[in-house]
Amino acid sequence: MSLVHANNISKTYCAGDVEVNAIKEVDFAIEPASFVSFVGPSGSGKSTLLNMIGCLDFPSSGTLEVAGTEVRHLDRKAAARFRGENIGFIFQDFNLIPVLTVEENIEYPLLMVQDWTAAKRQERIKELLDEVDISAQAKKYPHQLSGGQKQRVAVARALATHAKLILADEPTANLDHDTAYRIIDLMKKMRDDYKSTFIFSTHDPKIMDAAEIIYTLEDGKLNKQSGSSNHE
Amino acid sequence: MNKILKIAARNLLRYQRRTLLTTLLITIGVTAMLLFVSTSGSFKTMMVGQITDSMLGHFQIHRKGYVSSIDSLPLTMNMKPQMVDKVESILAKHGEVEAWSPRIKLGAMFSNFAETTNIRLNGVDPEKEVEACPELPKRIIAGNKEKLIERGKILIPELIAKGMKVKPGDAVVLVATNKDGSVNGINFVIQGVLEGISGPGGRDGYMHIDDARELLRMEDNEISEIAIRLKNPENLKHVLQDFKENLSQLKNQQGKAAFEVHGWDKLSPFANIANMIDLMTLFIKVMLVSIVLISVMNVMIMAVYERIREIGTISAMGTQPGTILKLFITEGLLLGIVGAFIGSLISIAIVFGLQQAEFSFSFGRQSGLVLYPELAIKDILVASIMVIVVAVLASLQPAWKASRMDPITALRHV
Repeated sequence: MSLVHANNISKTYCAGDVEVNAIKEVDFAIEPASFVSFVGPSGSGKSTLLNMIGCLDFPSSGTLEVAGTEVRHLDRKAAARFRGENIGFIFQDFNLIPVLTVEENIEYPLLMVQDWTAAKRQERIKELLDEVDISAQAKKYPHQLSGGQKQRVAVARALATHAKLILADEPTANLDHDTAYRIIDLMKKMRDDYKSTFIFSTHDPKIMDAAEIIYTLEDGKLNKQSGSSNHE
Repeated sequence: MNKILKIAARNLLRYQRRTLLTTLLITIGVTAMLLFVSTSGSFKTMMVGQITDSMLGHFQIHRKGYVSSIDSLPLTMNMKPQMVDKVESILAKHGEVEAWSPRIKLGAMFSNFAETTNIRLNGVDPEKEVEACPELPKRIIAGNKEKLIERGKILIPELIAKGMKVKPGDAVVLVATNKDGSVNGINFVIQGVLEGISGPGGRDGYMHIDDARELLRMEDNEISEIAIRLKNPENLKHVLQDFKENLSQLKNQQGKAAFEVHGWDKLSPFANIANMIDLMTLFIKVMLVSIVLISVMNVMIMAVYERIREIGTISAMGTQPGTILKLFITEGLLLGIVGAFIGSLISIAIVFGLQQAEFSFSFGRQSGLVLYPELAIKDILVASIMVIVVAVLASLQPAWKASRMDPITALRHV
């Protein structure tokens, strides 16, 4: 069964009196533990599509199932609960909470969204800190970290709750190439270790090659193509 | 709740200068209010205590219509003995009444054999008067203080003693007109001089009730008023209500209510000053509420505006709107708690300093009154709770806005 299944979804915005069709009758299915990239130029609809898969936004028409739930009609609270249970986010600007340390940032969804016990939280944080190789920075605050370190923390935070689906909107856009590759490698490793599905958007050709499945978006229309890597 | 408190506290510390300024404003507001409440409250309590404990009692009972004619001290409106007996039997049964003192109020000519002046006098039973007004003997500034008043002697107010150049031990003559219009004069000896206090009756003299009856040639044991002292003055309002209801059943010959009951506040103009103090306290409280409301609201609006992307992030991660609401309200709550706590501590320290300094002041003709402000736990609690509640209310709108924010719009915010 697909983890994400979109059937003829469209998204229309109203910009003043003008209707903008950001996504036009798109169909796709993403299997569990995939490593998927949405690529396309600015304004092609990548972020809109990711937002809809992440239940931050909803299709104007069509059906969208994520983790077995039809998400189109979720209300604000239900959508928040669904995101907290099923989806992790990685942002272009890292979006770590500046008043929390590295380990507290990773702890945030466990504590504030899922209410894990202290012992389980500590165990999970330690595991993730080791996995993303950032244990030495555990007590530091985000402003004391490099960009690559911040994104490692963001990856760990996204994975903390065992999310089935990790969405990353331009996760490497603010990183140099070497760091970007390392982050993509880390995301792949995490996919392999935890069997979470990673969907990321990018317009960097070198990064998009790392994806196993690439969807190209142009003017709200979607084309699928195979990626260069193999998913075993 | 601990997790929310921790994050809220850290968010406040993120903008240290702003948090410090807001806390300082709240602290100043709380301190100003508590100092005003303690000093004005102490002044009010002192003055009210002086008026009730050394002059008026907590409330008084008169024959109906007496108080509106009190300036002329009408002897024709005295209470008859049988009426007094009925009132005293009600007083004796009431559990809140500690003591009462019947009085005859009269006006007389006071002569030192060289000069003559007018004097207002209270004829009292010394034992009963001291029970009803225990602070009265403390007003005796010259002469014998052991017994309030003896037969054949009078206590005169300070003003008359100075004006007429008389002192304790001097002989004087009192001449009074009784209710039938006949005049009588009797020699008295000045037993002591009374310190004058503010308000009506504050410059009255005192004599023994039997001397008053003799001077006025009263055949019956009539009295002008009964001053009553309560066990707990806090209960004055409902005791007054009790007496109004009980005494309204006692009718005069015309079938109308025979008595009237007045609290001290209806008999003394100081009640207006006391009301003014209460009004000013209310005004200061409104100012404090405004300070807290504006400063906390301002700081929270800024906090929400500056953290829009952060709100988007935590919202995207699945944080419920209610949790986001709590996060911001807790920041306001903490500002209120810290400001109220520091303000209360500073106020306690200043009040303690003022108590040690024993500042004296004058009020009306009274001088050398010592300012002894006191801060009741109730006042501190009222100010603190008020500040904390207002701080939370001020955070509500920004917190509500944060919790309702669309995560996509918030994440796009630059």
